[in-house]
This record gives sequence, C-alpha cells and structure tokens, in this order.
Amino acid sequence: MAVKVRVPTPLMKLTDNKSEVMADGSNITEILNNLESQFAGIKERICEEDGSPRRFINIYLNEDDIRFLEGEKTAVKDGDEISIIPAIAGGAN
Amino acid sequence: MYVNTVLVRLKINYDYEGIKKVVSKKSIESGPPSMWRYKALLPIDEDPKVGLNTGFTPLVHAKNLGKALGINNLYIKNDSVNHPTFSFKDRVVAVAVSKAIEFGFDTLSCASTGNLANSVAAHAAEAGLKSVIFIPDGLEAGKILGTLIYGTQLIAVKGNYDEVNRLCSEIAVNHKWAFVNINIRPYYGDGSKSYGYEIAEQLGWKTPDNVVVPVAGSSLITKIWRAFHEFEMLGLVDKVQSKIFAAQATGCSPVTTAIKNGSENITPVKPNTIAKSIAIGNPADGYYGIKTANTSGGYGEDIADEEIVASMKLLAETEGIFTETAGGVTVGVTKKLVEQGRIKPDETTVICVTGNGLKTQEALAGSFEAPAVIEPM
Repeated sequence: MAVKVRVPTPLMKLTDNKSEVMADGSNITEILNNLESQFAGIKERICEEDGSPRRFINIYLNEDDIRFLEGEKTAVKDGDEISIIPAIAGGAN
Repeated sequence: MYVNTVLVRLKINYDYEGIKKVVSKKSIESGPPSMWRYKALLPIDEDPKVGLNTGFTPLVHAKNLGKALGINNLYIKNDSVNHPTFSFKDRVVAVAVSKAIEFGFDTLSCASTGNLANSVAAHAAEAGLKSVIFIPDGLEAGKILGTLIYGTQLIAVKGNYDEVNRLCSEIAVNHKWAFVNINIRPYYGDGSKSYGYEIAEQLGWKTPDNVVVPVAGSSLITKIWRAFHEFEMLGLVDKVQSKIFAAQATGCSPVTTAIKNGSENITPVKPNTIAKSIAIGNPADGYYGIKTANTSGGYGEDIADEEIVASMKLLAETEGIFTETAGGVTVGVTKKLVEQGRIKPDETTVICVTGNGLKTQEALAGSFEAPAVIEPM
C-alpha cells in the first residue's frame, strides 16, 4: 500500500526538506518502518524504543487520530494520507 | 526560535541569579498595577508593546462561598475581569504579541476555543497588526461577536478544537504568521506565570495550601506551579507546599481521568460538554499537567454539566461573580474535593476563575424564568 505521509518541519531535515513523502506498508507500524528505511533516523524521532509513538507526537490517518482507531496497528490502504504532528500546540487553560 | 530535529517541549530558561539581584518584594510592589510588575520574570526583551493594563486582577476573599462549601479561608482569583477581554488569556497574549512584535511578525493567528480568539483579536487591534483566527464551529455567540468586533478575519472550522488545532499546526509552517499558541507557544505559555505570582503576592507573599485550576491544554496549571517555585527560588516566599488540583468537565476529562487512573499518559477523548473553553480532548501539555498535580500532592477531579451550571449560580449568588463555564468547573470541583476530604476546612484554598459568564450565556439557557413585566404606573 502506498500512502502519502506529511512530515513536520523539524523532521524535514531528514527527508531532504520534503514536507510530503510516499511510504509503503499495510499498517502504521509498517509505514514508519518503511520511512526509516528511506530516511535513516526518522523513526527514533517519532517512536519510543518499543515502537509506540512518542508522547508528544500525534499521528493522524486521514481525519482521525490513530489513538481513536487501533493505534499503530491501524490498517492503511492505497491513497490514504498520514500526518505526523508534534503536540506543540494547545489552546485554553 | 531555534528549531532542531528533536521533538520535545521547548522551555524558556531565565537567568535567575541575575534576576535575584534586581527583583525584590519592594521592587515588585513599586511596579505598575498590572502583570508587568513581574516583567523581569517574563520572556520579553524590550518594553511590553500591548496589554499594559492586563493582570493584577482581584484576589477575592470569598467568605460567603467558603461558608457554603465548608471552607474557612477561600479565595477567588478573579480573571473574569481581566483587561481587555475578560479572561486570563489576556496575560498570555500580552506576552505573545509583545514577543511577536520583537520578532517582526505583522500577522497574528491562533487556534482557539473562544477566549484566546477574543484576546488575540483585541491585542492585534491595539498593536495595529493583522489577525487571522481559527475557532471550532458552534462556539458561543458572545465569543464569536467578541472576536469579530475587533476587525479580525475569523474562520470557523467544522469540527472540535482538536481538529482546529491540527489544522493550524499543519498550516503554521506555510505562513509567516505568529500563531501565538503554536510557533511562539513557549513565550505565550509563560505569560500565565503572572497569574501565579499575583496569587502569592496578594496572599501577602505566601503560597496557598491548595489551588484548583481549570485544565484544558494543561498549560496554566504547570505555570502556576512554576511561578510559585520561582518565587521560592528568589526568596520571595517560603518553601512551597501547595497542592495543585486539576479541574475538568466530565464530558472532556482526559487529564483528570489519567490522574484518577494513576497513569502519566493521556488517552484523548472527543469532547462533549458545555464547558467549551476547556474542551480540549488531546491536551498538548497534558503529561505535565498530570505531573504537576501528582508532584504537588494534589489530585484531579471532574464534574457533570448540570453541576457546572449549579456552580456558576452558586458563585454568582454568594460572591456576586458571574463566571463562564470553566469557573463553574473549578467551583464545583472544589466542592467535590472538600466532600472527599482532599481539601481541609482550615487550609487556604484558591479557586481559579479564568473567564467571564457574559461570554457563555447559552450554558444558562432555560435556567431562569423571564423577569416579571409590570406597568410603569
């Protein structure tokens, strides 16, 4: 499955300054592993040693935060879009 | 701001040794009656550019509410009368906009649940800057009108705050705008420290035993804690022993749920509460909010929407303070904490009231009968 992955600005140094890249895999974990094979070092920025996303990283599959789906086991299909967004933002109190 | 490839929370470091040489109780007390009396502890290099009258809001000794709740030393830190837009957000925005001007930005922006929108729009007007503000659709009319009046470009996004926040996080890199709570967030966040400084100074240079804080993104709760400890570090107060309590609406309680479950990690939720100003299901600083409550010996508690309304009425009827829904949350949660024995009657307790009830009138729809109408003669 080929999906488009949106990369946050702080990680674009690892993706040749590309904000969007393509990756293959049938679920989020495989997508992240595939990203690592293309851009060495990117996975450790996104994931803990056990492979789960870091506390300050939000990963979205299309419109949904993967934590509302099946986490890193969430299946992906051709044409899906994944966004990796650091939780730098926030709102009210 | 220096950007690197490490995705961590950025924190501003201060030269406390240098600050210690110039800051004293006397120097602060002789400063302006605003948040800028603490300027040495705020992250701007030049003089503030906006919000010169922001802060130093009343710390009300709430004897009537205290009696109703069974607390003898109860105070309300009342930012519902903050200048210029009646919420604690004026503090963070005054710092963020001053910093944005130092950086040379000409456009301000934010993702907001309403109070921040009001404040960014107002301060942009004061500074003569453009502003583009993003809110979830379905916000209270008072918050929409209270933003539009300042001549901003207001955009309502179909969805909840977390979806607005995601959108802004993604577009922030494409616009040379100061998104106050995104790309200049560390400066913005530190404006909240002034709320904590004021509590300590207004209590007579003492930190309270308990503070009950409304939690959305979890920034304010961490900054109050930090403010108290900075004062301790500077020798302005004795050793801090305050317990910090997180207060949320049950319909959006990722932080208090984690605290109750003994977890350090947030499980995001989809908000469903009338307390829209604190309806953030995926709080950016949630981990730190949990840590603050736990480290301080505090706790987290939440209340249902009907309790929020009842608490808004209780505060108004006992103290003459009309707060928005978030203030109902802190009052109601305090009541619950007293009933649980977590807050003791003779301890000094501060309830944070961070916004004005005139902005969230919808929450009270149907709560009162129409006034009796009589003939003039």
